[in-house]
Amino acid sequence: MVQELLGIVCVFFLSVVCSIPLGKYISKVFLYEYTRLDIVFNRLDRWIITLSGIDATRQMTWKDHVKSLLYINGVWFFLSMAVLMNMSHLPLNPDGNPSMSFDVAFNTSVSFITNTNLQHYSGETGLSYLGQLILMLWQFLSAASGITVCAVVFMAMKETKSEAFGNFYSIFIRSCTRILFPLAIVTAILFLFNGMPMSFEGKDSITTLQGEQQYISRGPVAAFTAIKHLGTNGGGLYGVNSAHPLENPNYFTAIIQMIAQTIIPMGLVFALGYMLKNKKFSRMIFGVMTAGFIILVTPTIISEMQGNPNITAMGIQQTMGNMEGKEIRFGSGLSGYWSIITTVISTGSVNAMHDSFMPLSTMNQLLAMMVNGFYGGCGVGFLNFYIFIILAVFISGLMVGRTPEFLGKRVEAKEIKIAMLIALLHPFLILIGTALATALPDYTTASLSNPGFHGFSQILYEFTSSSANNGSGLEGLGDNTPFWNIACGIVMVLARYLPIIGPIAIAGILANKKYIPESNGTLKTDTATFGLMIFAVIIIITALSFFPALTLGPVEEYFSLIK
Amino acid sequence: MSTSSSLFQKDLLIEALKQSFIKLDPRLMFRNPVMFTVEIGTAVMLYVCIWVLFGEQSQGSFIYNTAIFLILFFTLLFANFAEALAEARGKSQAESLRKTREETPAKKNFSVGKSHNHQMEIIPSSQLRKGDMFYCEAGDIIPADGEIIEGLATIDESAITGESAPVIREAGGDKSSVTGGTKVLSDTITVKVTTEQGESFLDKMIALVEGASRQKTPNEIALTILLAGFTLVFLIVTVTLQPFADFAHAPVTIGALISLFVCLIPTTIGGLLSAIGIAGMDRALRANVITKSGKAVETAGDIDVLLLDKTGTITIGNRKATHFYPAEGIDNAHFIHSVVLSSLADETPEGKSIIELAKVNPRDYRINNAQFIKFTAETRSSGIDIDNRRIRKGAVDAIKMLCEKAGNPFPTETANTVNQISNNGGTPLVVSENEKILGVIELQDIIKPGIGERFQRLRKMGIKTVMVTGDNPLTAKFIAEKAGVDDFIAEAKPEDKMNYIKKEQANGRLVAMMGDGTNDAPALAQADVGVAMNSGTQAAKEAGNMVDLDNDPTKLIEIVEIGKQLLMTRGTLTTFSIANDVAKYFAIIPALFIVAVPSLQGLNIMKLHSPESAILSAIIFNAVIIPFLIPLALKGVAYKPIGAEALLRRNLLIYGLGGIIIPFIGIKIIDLFVSQCI
Repeated sequence: MVQELLGIVCVFFLSVVCSIPLGKYISKVFLYEYTRLDIVFNRLDRWIITLSGIDATRQMTWKDHVKSLLYINGVWFFLSMAVLMNMSHLPLNPDGNPSMSFDVAFNTSVSFITNTNLQHYSGETGLSYLGQLILMLWQFLSAASGITVCAVVFMAMKETKSEAFGNFYSIFIRSCTRILFPLAIVTAILFLFNGMPMSFEGKDSITTLQGEQQYISRGPVAAFTAIKHLGTNGGGLYGVNSAHPLENPNYFTAIIQMIAQTIIPMGLVFALGYMLKNKKFSRMIFGVMTAGFIILVTPTIISEMQGNPNITAMGIQQTMGNMEGKEIRFGSGLSGYWSIITTVISTGSVNAMHDSFMPLSTMNQLLAMMVNGFYGGCGVGFLNFYIFIILAVFISGLMVGRTPEFLGKRVEAKEIKIAMLIALLHPFLILIGTALATALPDYTTASLSNPGFHGFSQILYEFTSSSANNGSGLEGLGDNTPFWNIACGIVMVLARYLPIIGPIAIAGILANKKYIPESNGTLKTDTATFGLMIFAVIIIITALSFFPALTLGPVEEYFSLIK
Repeated sequence: MSTSSSLFQKDLLIEALKQSFIKLDPRLMFRNPVMFTVEIGTAVMLYVCIWVLFGEQSQGSFIYNTAIFLILFFTLLFANFAEALAEARGKSQAESLRKTREETPAKKNFSVGKSHNHQMEIIPSSQLRKGDMFYCEAGDIIPADGEIIEGLATIDESAITGESAPVIREAGGDKSSVTGGTKVLSDTITVKVTTEQGESFLDKMIALVEGASRQKTPNEIALTILLAGFTLVFLIVTVTLQPFADFAHAPVTIGALISLFVCLIPTTIGGLLSAIGIAGMDRALRANVITKSGKAVETAGDIDVLLLDKTGTITIGNRKATHFYPAEGIDNAHFIHSVVLSSLADETPEGKSIIELAKVNPRDYRINNAQFIKFTAETRSSGIDIDNRRIRKGAVDAIKMLCEKAGNPFPTETANTVNQISNNGGTPLVVSENEKILGVIELQDIIKPGIGERFQRLRKMGIKTVMVTGDNPLTAKFIAEKAGVDDFIAEAKPEDKMNYIKKEQANGRLVAMMGDGTNDAPALAQADVGVAMNSGTQAAKEAGNMVDLDNDPTKLIEIVEIGKQLLMTRGTLTTFSIANDVAKYFAIIPALFIVAVPSLQGLNIMKLHSPESAILSAIIFNAVIIPFLIPLALKGVAYKPIGAEALLRRNLLIYGLGGIIIPFIGIKIIDLFVSQCI
């Protein structure tokens, strides 16, 4: 047990250790500073810019940034729909998998372009290799979109007074070529050495010890899995995701996958410190995020390692903890850690079946996604956190008797309006979605593997995961029906773009305001006290919005378990 | 003026109670989104009560529903009462000022042209129009605000300022303004009416308090948006709870849902918000400051730079002679004698202080055949010619030149004394007799006692203080250091103030200043908070956004604190209100589901008696907390200049943590009572 816990602690420390230098590197990429990789990438970037014919030097206003984002994302969506709905006619389909119907294609396209990777299909039978490849492209591009919008907000925070800051396309290309691409190559090579397939050939067949013929699906697994985690996407090539022995063969690959998904979200927080030349501010944010993460992960690991008390009561030994739906090679503790890291960060990849976790763990997974800002997804995690910062700045500014200021800019009615709308959106989508699903039993009852409170948890989880752009699920839910595909698709779109537009708008408006120098009366935002304030705002908003819903799901399950 | 600090005077309470009902009008309620939703909830509950009365079984007993309805109704009344009480207090304060300007006879002057003959007619003051002239003599009450265009008078302004010492107002210069309601004690003046009836600052202020023209301030708007956002979140939470509960086969009543909703939305701050704003202006008024808008009070709390005139603010009135330094070889008694002679006709405060210092009776001096020489800007000296003695006293340069011209040297020893005095922040006056140096008089500024601590306090608030003075830089620097101001503008001309303000504003700082003269007007207008003295010119009063009735230059410090208190009261009560929700959840959520889902008993950590008693206790707590907090809302949260971070920590502890804990205790206690009743 000590060994198991030590492994978990090591994984976390390795993540932090890797993300600090990465953060410094990311800040150089955003600031167009010299790095040793420039010799290769300058040429590559120039080539891409010339080929695509974009103006990569024009300084953009926040509205330009938003337009550029929506424009390229829109193009990808239609391209994705066209490929997924016509896979059977297109090349790279050795297993002869069929095309997707409209609703699945819609859900899948939205899901991958929004960095959610909610998979209502199963990869082995639902996609051709061309389909897998185009989804892999979205895994790069959606992650790069997230990193870019984050960079835009960072740049806006740096401005003393300017309407325009940075060029969306230029940062976007740099994020792809200089951050995601090199990291993905290194990670994929590590995976290859651990036996993960990388092939475009069709299914392999083996004869099992029992003498039966079995078909093994293959594909570009190593490459797919690398970007799946680095880009906090989470969509697996195989249906069971990283629980599959070929997508996650051993403890070492599990560690790599867990570290890979954390380094960019964590690295971005450190990058902000380097960019603003205020490492203390970065450390404060990182501290708040880490505190939140630890509060969620600790009870989860404990409750998974303890196992189900009712099974213990039956006289059955549970030395390995709650092993239902888990892989022996990872164990219950590490799976508990994975389940929280994949939900605080909007990856949504799984190495165990979340449906079989203990109620307390389910609640923590839900809370992680409801906050969606403890590290959070690639780039967008910080944007969610930014909204909390703005709200905390406002309330604490009033509490010290001064019109609230953030980084020398006055926070006024307009910014609060946007921040509040974005803070409201997440509960709105989750609660209204869940209410709709419970109010329309004709469409949903058949999908539920459990009636009652766990069924409610499954519905709540599905909408929370969609709205957090996470992509994991309590897979007892038979979610490949038109209702789920379309409802979740709409939630994913709204939950992706509005929370990006909001922070960019706020940052853009603030960037254009007059800079006010700090005085003794100014509330500093890089202190532990302010960190506590942000934490309180996050807890209060999340807890107050979701407490009743959680009560009827995991909380009830918990109480009926310990009864 | 009465400054009774009792919050609950009987007549005010009655007026506020009456207003609480009038304000139930949805058209008025609509201005406050939080309380407006409570009103809708109350209306729905009324409907539910009637529905139950006609035999509906699913919604619980009639008494239970009626109880919810009544508690919600009282929640509304309490919130209205808070606002009405704040208004009533502000209004009574303003009324007491307005009383001073009730109908008085005005001696309107009809003469046209240059010669103001006493062709006058007595008319009621209400008929005076802007631009009219009137005439006042000793014993008259001044009928309207105006500017003296002819004459000088001593005026008793105690009706406005509470200060009994009469003041002098005269035509021309910066002390030409008179206020309606004050009394002329001596002499006669002709006054030109400067404001239309009903448009004076006081009238505007009263309208502001009464709510008719009260506009929400920027921070208030932002906070209203935040609160509306929270209200919306909780609306979603409550509305979606119905299908969730149905799914769990745990039916909930409308009464319980509405109770949950009303408990969760920030009614505490929502109900007190406008009261806090009005109370801020009221506190300013109690400090004898008339604000032209609520925004000005709020801005005052954000001030970064404070411009203060040296004279009257930092130092007491004028300079005083503190020391005589006879030159080498000059007899001390002779020196003092000469000095006194030269100052006999000097009416300036400095001149008088010299005689004071000499401790002599001027009447003992023989001044036959004496010729007094007046101070002129050219000679920069004054003095007396008597018995072939030409005694002069004046600025160092002037006397030095005078002596050197006559071939007499300026002794090094005297030069040393002069330097020493300057370095100590004093002003040297050199005295000569027949173009020979007699000695030096030291004039010193007397720094007001206690002013240093006030600047310390301002520095802790993060406010930079700037002293404005006509002194030379050396003297200015000394006084600035001694008084503890952060910066100074020496040899200041009116445009220097303006430039300083503009420079600070260009750097993003908010500047406040106080002024009275017409040449202060542009700077007053430029400053973010410009406080004009009531004794100042009309132009100055028009330009500023506050008028100080006491003419007290240190008033700015109080105004800043009032502004800060205003914001803090809003911030802390918002935190308190939201933090309360934690306990309310633990009261209501188990109550909603416990019957259908017994396992949730584990959430009932307060061990409340029954679902009904839990819900009633929660909404009763929610309602009564409003009147409990009215005194805090009206008096404001105490501001302590301990630095922003420490202040945040302190307020988070008191209002955040306190806001979580208090309702647990409160609801439990109320539940003990309620469970006895049902």
